[in-house]
Amino acid sequence: MHSFAELKKNLKKDFTGLKKIKVALLGDNATQLLVQALRGEGFVRGIDLEIWEADFNQIAREVLDPASDLYLFKPDIVILFYSTHKLLSTYNKLPTDQYSGLANRQLELVNHIVSALNDKLSCNIIYYNFSEIDDSIFGSYANKLSSSFLFQLRKLNYELMVFASQNSNFFICDLSSVQNHFGKPQLFQPAVYINTEMVLSIYILPEIASRTVDIIAAGSGHFKKCLILDLDNTLWGGIIGDDGLENIQLGSLGIGKAFTEFQYWVKKLQKRGIIIAVCSKNTESIAKEPFEHHPDMILKLEDIAVFVANWENKADNIRKIQTILNIGFDSMVFLDDNPFERNMVRENLPDITVPELPEDPADYLEFLYTLNLFETVSFSGEDSERTKLYQLEAKRSVLQQSFVNEGDYLKSLAMVSLVEPFNKFNTPRVAQLSQRSNQFNLRTIRYTEKDIEAARLNESTFSFTFTLADKFGDNGMICVIILEKEDEQTLFIDTWLMSCRVLKRGMEHFALNTIVHFAKEKGFLYLKGEYIPTAKNEMVKNHYAELGFKQLGVFWILNLNECEEKKNFIIRK
Amino acid sequence: MEKPEILAQLNTIFIDIADNENIRLNEMSSAGNVEGWDSLTHIQLVVAIEKYFKIRFTSKEIQSWKNVGELMDSIAAKVSE
Repeated sequence: MHSFAELKKNLKKDFTGLKKIKVALLGDNATQLLVQALRGEGFVRGIDLEIWEADFNQIAREVLDPASDLYLFKPDIVILFYSTHKLLSTYNKLPTDQYSGLANRQLELVNHIVSALNDKLSCNIIYYNFSEIDDSIFGSYANKLSSSFLFQLRKLNYELMVFASQNSNFFICDLSSVQNHFGKPQLFQPAVYINTEMVLSIYILPEIASRTVDIIAAGSGHFKKCLILDLDNTLWGGIIGDDGLENIQLGSLGIGKAFTEFQYWVKKLQKRGIIIAVCSKNTESIAKEPFEHHPDMILKLEDIAVFVANWENKADNIRKIQTILNIGFDSMVFLDDNPFERNMVRENLPDITVPELPEDPADYLEFLYTLNLFETVSFSGEDSERTKLYQLEAKRSVLQQSFVNEGDYLKSLAMVSLVEPFNKFNTPRVAQLSQRSNQFNLRTIRYTEKDIEAARLNESTFSFTFTLADKFGDNGMICVIILEKEDEQTLFIDTWLMSCRVLKRGMEHFALNTIVHFAKEKGFLYLKGEYIPTAKNEMVKNHYAELGFKQLGVFWILNLNECEEKKNFIIRK
Repeated sequence: MEKPEILAQLNTIFIDIADNENIRLNEMSSAGNVEGWDSLTHIQLVVAIEKYFKIRFTSKEIQSWKNVGELMDSIAAKVSE
């Protein structure tokens, strides 16, 4: 974690070329230093946060006045910071018979503010929940009394979670959890508050900034997708090659409990959709033994998407894992108990996150909890299927090697695709793909669930989602195209993105045929595409050229009367 | 700790927080005659001074100093405790 002074120094650095995101910060407390910490932390993550700060305690005025500076600024993200101290001072002034209504009052306000924002902006909203203050009027009895401040505060934090679960663009930044971890004396300095109306200490600002930027970064496609694990003394105690199956520490043996609990954590990540890979210096058959035969192993071989155990160096092995999974190094986390291996990987692959695991395995979990490695802005049912999908991919590559002719191989897969416009059921997955896809993404415009809903209802927008299934299994939705009517003759390809899991299966041909048919039926003459380069989407630089589009300035045009059906082996369901 | 030593250290902290290499403090320096010394800078200075000298100021003290001389008196008194 950087100190506040370090973050402040970043403000003078060169932000040119960094991805710009417009953030509005509205608070009922002094937020000037939080602005500096946020912008400084943004720099660390390669993001140019352009921050507009509302005047002190002007949240409602800015949000409810349609002509306010907030709306002139047009933020991508709105951060709302209502402090517990202001909440307490509201409570203090209430007549006693209204104490029990405090949480509902604040919820109504939040509801009102959020719907006003949603009326005028298409933005994500980040809301700091309430760090606890126990005013000690009733002692622990406060827990039995709905009119106590503590009761109302905890109710409010709970109800905010319910509200967040129902409003897809409303995200809680968990200030309360940060206070639990660091303690109130670290989070809050009374003398600073009395003199400045700042409710966060200078010490804790970088942590809050980091947790906030985690959400912003995840919303723009920067988050972790894969956890790579060492085995000996990381996943179990001892060395399997030396100690043997009976003597490695797991379950009740030695400090085995630490490793068992750690494995449960990894298993939960796997179920959530994080890809788990193994990278170990071992003989493969010996390394797999505990997974197959140890009764206390929580992780099984089927939980591991890619298993690499050999005597080569770990940087090369992780490169191998990266090639199979086809995801960026910056979306990977590597855990290894050995400082030498950690440094070696860090030096060779600077983009990968390599936490400095504590020496005592008993400390692993508590340490990992604090890093907030796996922030996300979406979760869908398909996430938990991801390991299976990558394992199927490995099987396909074995089959492919048995064919000389690529067409014969593709035919043998018996591929079927379901094509549907956006609907209520696929909206979360579409939004998620829009946030996750970096490589096969022509314009990399990120859409929230709310944006997708709006697109579905817009009459000049035409949407297409594609699934892909074959004899090995169903990949689920893997491609999204959004067409915008530009004029009577032309459809603009606003979005074309595809999951890298299905590259080289003819999906781009099938998708093009589909939209060409659609456009012709509707009487359009041209499809117009655009490629906006990012650090990650070079693979589609020639996408439109390869599909027969002609370059026109920065755009690519396909004349629908001149284009031919593209060959592929996918059948429309 | 002697006064010149405290003054020199304060100067270093001020330069760092206010991000201004040209600051030369003396006992008569105050928010009124040092560029960039506003209430937000002030609170960052206080926190940095507390951290460096391992002392704590009361909220009343934070508002009380009229100039750097008085701030130094406050520090000297706490450091010698």
